[in-house]
Amino acid sequence: MLKIEETTVVHDFSPHLYQQFQEIVKRYPVESAKAALLPILHVVQAEFGWLSVDAMDKVAEYLDIQPIEVYEVASFYTMYFLRPQGKYMLEVCRTGPCCLVGAEKIMKYIEQKLGVKEGDVTPDGLFSWRGVECLAACGFAPVLQIGPEYTFYENLTEASVDQLISDLTIKANN
Amino acid sequence: MGRKLLLEHINVPNINTFDVYRSKGGYAAVEKALKTLSPEDIVEEVKKSGLRGRGGAGFPTGMKWSFLAKPEGKPRYLVCNADESEPGTFKDRFLMTKIPHLLIEGMIIGSFALGAKTSYIYVRGEMMPQIRILEKAIAEARNAGFLGKNILGTGYDLELYVQPGGGAYICGEETALIESLEGKRGNPRIKPPFPAIAGLWGCPTVVNNVESIAAVVPIIRDGGEEYAKIGVGRSTGTKLISASGNLVKPGIYEIELGVPVEEFIYSDEYCGGIANGKRLKAVVAGGSSVPILPANLINKTINQEARLMTYESLSDGGFATGSMMGSGGFIAFDEDQCIVRNTWNFARFYHHESCGQCSPCREGTGWMEKVLHRLEYGHGKLSDIDLLVDVSRKIEGNTICPLGDAAAWPVASAIRHFRDEFEWHVTEPKFCLQRNYGLAHYADPLPKPEPVAV
Repeated sequence: MLKIEETTVVHDFSPHLYQQFQEIVKRYPVESAKAALLPILHVVQAEFGWLSVDAMDKVAEYLDIQPIEVYEVASFYTMYFLRPQGKYMLEVCRTGPCCLVGAEKIMKYIEQKLGVKEGDVTPDGLFSWRGVECLAACGFAPVLQIGPEYTFYENLTEASVDQLISDLTIKANN
Repeated sequence: MGRKLLLEHINVPNINTFDVYRSKGGYAAVEKALKTLSPEDIVEEVKKSGLRGRGGAGFPTGMKWSFLAKPEGKPRYLVCNADESEPGTFKDRFLMTKIPHLLIEGMIIGSFALGAKTSYIYVRGEMMPQIRILEKAIAEARNAGFLGKNILGTGYDLELYVQPGGGAYICGEETALIESLEGKRGNPRIKPPFPAIAGLWGCPTVVNNVESIAAVVPIIRDGGEEYAKIGVGRSTGTKLISASGNLVKPGIYEIELGVPVEEFIYSDEYCGGIANGKRLKAVVAGGSSVPILPANLINKTINQEARLMTYESLSDGGFATGSMMGSGGFIAFDEDQCIVRNTWNFARFYHHESCGQCSPCREGTGWMEKVLHRLEYGHGKLSDIDLLVDVSRKIEGNTICPLGDAAAWPVASAIRHFRDEFEWHVTEPKFCLQRNYGLAHYADPLPKPEPVAV
C-alpha cells in the first residue's frame, strides 16, 4: 500500500528525460504513439526508482492519453514499482527449476541477512528484496537480478550473496 | 557430434560484433535472399525446410508465413517474440547475448519475405542487458548497410526496433504480445481474426520466436532441402534445448532432432547424467506447461521403444504416457525432489501470471494453488486430489488463450503419474513435512501393455 505522503510526491521531468521520450516515440507510426508507453515507463522508473502518480500523469499528458491508460498498464506488469523501493531491489527467481537447486534457501538467507521481509526496505534505504517468477536463466540457477540495469547474478550461494551485498553497500557509500 | 547450425561459431571470440560475425560468413544469407531470391522463393524454402515454430506450439513456420494477408495500402509487420518466460526455457536469452547478429540477419530475411518495412523485436523487460546488446548490433548492421534505406542497393527499406516488455509471462502469447507492443495490458485477443489478418495496429502481422527466426538463416544459406535432411520425419533440423534442474551439466545444447532422450540426459556430449550421483525421478521435457513424466516413461515409450528428442516421439502415448517438445525447456528432477511441492510451485506461477480475463483461468489457477499448498503442507484431504483433476479439466479448453491449458496440464499430469505421492501427503501429514517421498517405484520398468483386441 502507498503511504499517504507518497501519494503527493512530485517528480519533475528534466529536458533530458523528454528527449529520451522523443527518441522512443519515433519507432512507431505517428498515430500509434501509445506503443511508447512501456519503454517510457522503464525510463521514468530508472530515473526515479518507482512510478509516482504524478510521474504517470505526466507520461499520460506527454502521450496524450488518459491517466487510467497509464495506471492500468503500470499495475499489470510486474516490473513497475508503484511505491518506493530500496536503492537496490534484489529480485530472486522463485520458480520450479531454481527451487530444484536451492532458490528457497537463498531467499531465506537474504531475508535473514537484510533483516527485512519480502517487499520491505532496509532502514538505510539501500536494499529491498522479493521473489519473482522465472527469469529465463534456469541453467545457471539460483539467480537474481537488480534493476534498473537488470544485471544478473547466477549460480548463487550464501557466500556470493554476502559478497554482493557488501559490494553494493560499499558502492552506495562512495 | 551433431551438426550445429545456430551455435556453430558460438565460441569464436567477439562473435557478438558485426565484423567477426561477418567474417564467419554472417549476412551471406541476407545477400543471397535480397539479391537472388523473391519473397515467394524464401517462403517456399522455409516451407521445404519443415521448420516448426520453436517457441512451443510447433506450428510450421513456412505455413504461418504463407497465411499472411497482403491487402493493398496496409503495412505488414514481422514481430519477433523474445518474451522468453516459460519456466525451464532460457535459450533465447543465450542466443541474443552471444550471437545477436544471427537474430538480426533472420529478421531482415523474414521481413523481406513478408514485405515488412518496419519490424520489432519484443524482448521481455527483464532482459535489459540483451536489449542493449541488440540495439548495439542493430546500429552496427545499419552502419554496414544491412538496415535502413535501400539495403545493399536492392531498393528494399527496413527499420528494426527493439521493444521492451514489462514483466508478464502472458505476453509470450502472440496476441497478448501485440497488445503489449501497442502499449496496453497483455490481455490475449479472441481469435479469429488471427494476427495474419489483423495483428499489430490492425495490420497483417507474423509473430515468430527468436530461435525460429534465427533458423531461417541456415535455411536460406544452405537451402530448405538441406535443412530438412537433418532430423527424423516431421521433426527437421536442429533445436536448442535448455537443460536445467539436477543435471551434471545444465545449459544450452543444440541437438539434431532425433537424439535419444537417454543419450541427451546421460552422455558427456550433453547433460552428463544426474548431479551428485543421484537417480532420475522425473522430467518435464518442454517447459513447465507440458506434462511431467516419471523416469520410467522418459527413456522409453510405453511400447518400450527408445524415446527420441522429436516432436512426435516426445508426445508418443498422448497425455496418458507422453509429453511434448514445447519450447525445449528440459527440467530434470532427482530422487530427492518432491513432485507435490513442484506442482504447487508451477500452479502458483500460473496463478500469478494469469491475466484475469477468463474466469476459468483466473479463479481456477488460484484454487489449484491453494489446494496444492494445503496438500504440500500436510493439511489436505484425499478428495482434494480429485478436486484438482476436476478443476484442471474445467480450465482446459475453456479460455481465450492457451495459458489455461498450460496451467491445467502440469497439475493433471503430476496426479496422473504420481498419485501415490499426493496420497502420501494426506495419509502421512507429519512425514511429508520432514522428508520427501523419494524415488519410490517411479523408475521401475513398466510392463509392455497388452495389445488391445479389436
